[in-house]
Amino acid sequence: MNLTLKIWRQKDSNAKGQMVDYKVTDISEHMSFLEMMDVLNEQLVNSGEEPVAFDHDCREGICGMCSMYINGEAHGPDRGITTCQLHMRMFKDGDTITIEPFRAAAFPVIKDLVVDRTAFERIQQAGGYISVNTSGNTQDANAIPISKHAADEAMDAATCIGCGACVATCKNASAMLFVGAKVSQYALLPQGQVEAADRVQNMVAQMDLEGFGNCTNTGACEIECPKGISLENIARMNRELMKANL
Amino acid sequence: MSGFFKSSIGRKVAMALSAFFLMFFLLQHFAINLLSVFSADAFNEVSHFMGTNPLIQYALQPVLIFGVVFHFVMGFVLELKNKKAQGVSYARNNGAANSSWMSRNMIWSGVAILAFIILHFIDFWFPEINTKFIEGDWSGMHDGQFRYYHELQEKFVSPVRVGAYVLAFVFLMLHLLHGFTSAFQSMGSTAGRKKVLQNIGKIYSIIIPLGFVIIAIYHHLNHNH
Repeated sequence: MNLTLKIWRQKDSNAKGQMVDYKVTDISEHMSFLEMMDVLNEQLVNSGEEPVAFDHDCREGICGMCSMYINGEAHGPDRGITTCQLHMRMFKDGDTITIEPFRAAAFPVIKDLVVDRTAFERIQQAGGYISVNTSGNTQDANAIPISKHAADEAMDAATCIGCGACVATCKNASAMLFVGAKVSQYALLPQGQVEAADRVQNMVAQMDLEGFGNCTNTGACEIECPKGISLENIARMNRELMKANL
Repeated sequence: MSGFFKSSIGRKVAMALSAFFLMFFLLQHFAINLLSVFSADAFNEVSHFMGTNPLIQYALQPVLIFGVVFHFVMGFVLELKNKKAQGVSYARNNGAANSSWMSRNMIWSGVAILAFIILHFIDFWFPEINTKFIEGDWSGMHDGQFRYYHELQEKFVSPVRVGAYVLAFVFLMLHLLHGFTSAFQSMGSTAGRKKVLQNIGKIYSIIIPLGFVIIAIYHHLNHNH
C-alpha cells in the first residue's frame, strides 16, 4: 500500500517543531507500524535526510518504549496494543496517517517523536517499591498467605508497563492510571501494606510536582491502555490517599 | 488534612463532595417545584416555610451558596491547571474514540449552567433577598395572598425565558450524565462502574432535568389559558 504520513519533526527540545508530509510506497499490510517507520527512515537516509527519531526497544509489547500518537489515538487505532504491535492492515491504501509525539507538559519532546518520560521514574522512586531487609535471612514471599483475589488484582495492576499512553490520551494529561496501578499493586499485598500510607502520599505528591493534570474520570486512559489497566486502580489510589490522611 | 485538599486527588474529592451536596439540593428543589403542578396552596406553604425558616435561611442557605460558588470556582481552577498540564495540543485528536462527549465537555456544560444560575438569581433570588432582608417584609404576602405561586407563574409567561430554561436543563442533563458516576469514582468508590449505579445515574440525570422542563412548560401553557 501507498501512504501519506504527516509526522511531527522537531530538531531538539528547544526547537519549534512542525508537521512534515512524507510519502511511503509498497508497504506490506503484514508490517508492524514501526517496520513501516523503518522503511521511511531508510528512504530518508538514502536521500541524505535526517531520519525520524522514535522510541522503540523490545518490539513485542512488553517494554513500553514505543509511543506515538497515531491518527488521534495513543498507539493508534487498535486496542490493547503498543505501537510495535499495531499492524499496517489497520490502514488502507492511500490513507493519510498523522503521527505525533505523546503530548503532556510533563513529557517534553526530546526530538521528533521521542519524549522524556522520566517523570514516571521519579514517581516510582518516590514510593513505588517495598523495603526489604536483605541481610541474608530474607523470607520467601510465598510463605505469606495471600488470597487468590488479591493476588490476581495485584498482578493485573503490575502489568502496567509505564508507557505513558494514559497521560498522552488524557485531555488533562493526568498520570493517575499509572500511579493508581503502581499504588495498587503494592497496596493489595501484605508486603506492600506496611508502607502503604507513605507510599501513596509520596507518589501523589511527586505526580503533582511533575505537572501532570487532574483526573476527570473520562475513562479514555483505560480504553487506550495497552495492558487494560482498570480505572478501579484510580479509585483505589483515591481511597488509599484518603485513608492515609485520616 | 489541609495538605490533602491541596493535592490533585484532594481537589477531586472536594469537587465530588460539593457535587453530591448539589445533587441532593437539586432533588429537593425538584420535589418542591413538582408540588406547584398539583397544588398552588401546598407550593405556597412549602415556599413560605423554606423562605422564612431561620435554620434554612441562616444555616443551609449560606452552605448552599458556598457549595455552588466552590463547585464553579474549583471547576475553573482545575480546568486551567489541566489545560496547562496538556501543553501543546494535538494536530489530530480522536477524543470520541475513547470517551463520551459529556465527559470531555464538563467545563462547557458547567458554563451553560452558570449562565442559567445567574439568570435564576436575577429572576428569583435577588428579589427574594431584597424583599426579606432589605425591605424587611417576611410575610410572604402580596395583596392579601401568598405571593410565591403567582411569582412562579409570572416568570414562565415569556417564551424566551422558557426556551432558555429548557436549554439550560439540557446542559444540566449532559453535565449530570457524566458527573453522577464520576463523583463516586472520585470518592474512591467503584460503585459508579457497576450497572446498578450507572442506571440510577442515568435515571436521575434524565428525569430531574426533564421534570424541571415539564413543570416550566406546564406553567407557561397554564398561564396563557
